[in-house]
Amino acid sequence: MNCARMESRILPYLDGRLKEGERAEAEKHLAACAVCRLRVNEFRSLSGLLDELPKIEPSAAFDLRMQARIAAAPPRQSWWAWLAPSPRVAFAASLLLLATVWVASRPAEHGLNMAAPDTELRMMKDLPVLEDYDVLANFEPLPDLPPPVEAENQ
Amino acid sequence: MARTDIQLMQDVKAGDEQSFALLLHRYRSPLVNFLYRMVRNREQAEDLAQEVFIRVYRAREDYEPSAKFTTWLFRIATNLALNSIRDNHHRQMEISIDQPLAADAEDGDERRLDLADGHADIEQRLVEQARQAMIRRAIAKLPEKQRAAVLLHKYQELEYREIARIVECSESALKSLLFRAYETLRIELAPLVGQPPKQQGSR
Repeated sequence: MNCARMESRILPYLDGRLKEGERAEAEKHLAACAVCRLRVNEFRSLSGLLDELPKIEPSAAFDLRMQARIAAAPPRQSWWAWLAPSPRVAFAASLLLLATVWVASRPAEHGLNMAAPDTELRMMKDLPVLEDYDVLANFEPLPDLPPPVEAENQ
Repeated sequence: MARTDIQLMQDVKAGDEQSFALLLHRYRSPLVNFLYRMVRNREQAEDLAQEVFIRVYRAREDYEPSAKFTTWLFRIATNLALNSIRDNHHRQMEISIDQPLAADAEDGDERRLDLADGHADIEQRLVEQARQAMIRRAIAKLPEKQRAAVLLHKYQELEYREIARIVECSESALKSLLFRAYETLRIELAPLVGQPPKQQGSR
C-alpha cells in the first residue's frame, strides 16, 4: 500500500469500517511509514478534540410547543395534498407532460423525413430510363427525317 | 425489547400517537444538537427541529420503510438547515462568520461561570471554553455540505451510505468530502490537536 491509498483509508480505518484484509494492509503500512502514522494519530486526536463540545438540551418550551403543533396538525391529508407543498413538482410534472405530448406529435413529421431518402433512391434507380426518355424526346435528327411512308403511298 | 424506529413509524402510520411521542423523545436532542451546530443559533435550531418533526408527522400516511428512519429524518433536517443558512446569508450579508463576538454570544448558556468556584476552577473553565469556542468556529467555517457531513459522521455516527444519501452524493464522493473536511479541521485546529485538555486532577 502507498501513502495516497492510505490517505483514502484513514477515516474508515479509524471508524473500524475496513475489512479484515484492508485493515491488516493499513496497519502494515502504518508500521513502516512514519508520515502516515503521524497523520492517523492527528486525525485520532482531532476526533477526541471534537468530543469536547458539550451537548445542549432542548428547552422546556420545546416539548410544549411540539405537543401543541402536533395537536393542531391536520389528521389526514387528502390525496392531492402532496402537490400543495411543492408547486415546483407540479410545474415540473406539467412540463414533462407537455414535452411528452410534443415528442409524441413529432413522428408524423419525422416519418416524412424518413421517407424522403426512399423517394430519392427510387429516382436514382429510374434515372437511366428518365434520361433515355429525355434523349428521345429531344432527339434532334427526328424532325429532319423524311415524311412518313404512308404519304408516298397516297 | 425496544421497538425499532421503523416499527414505531409504522405504528404512527397506523394511527398510534404514542409511538410518535417515543420517536420524538428518541430524536429531539440529536436533532436539536445537529441543527444547533449547523445554524449556530439555539432558538432557530429548535424551530427547525420542530419543523422536521411536523413534516415527519404530516407524511406518516405515506411512510414506506425504504430507507433507514434516521436517513429520512436527517435529510429533512439537513435540507431545512441549508435553506435556513442561505436565507440568513441573504439577510445578514454584512455580518462576517469570523466575528468571534457574534458566534460566542450564541453560546451564552454554555459559558456560564459559577463565581463560587475557586480561582483554579474558573481558570480551567475559561481555558475549556476558549477551546470549545475555537472548535465551534472551525466547524462553522467549513462549507455547509462538509459541515453537515462531519456533524452526521462525528456526532450522529451514521454510516457513510446514510450520510451520502442525506447530503445527496455518492458514497465515494462522501468519503473524499469527509476527508477534506477533517483535513481542514486538522489544520485549523492544529494548535489544539495533540494537546489534550487539562484534566481536573492535573492542576
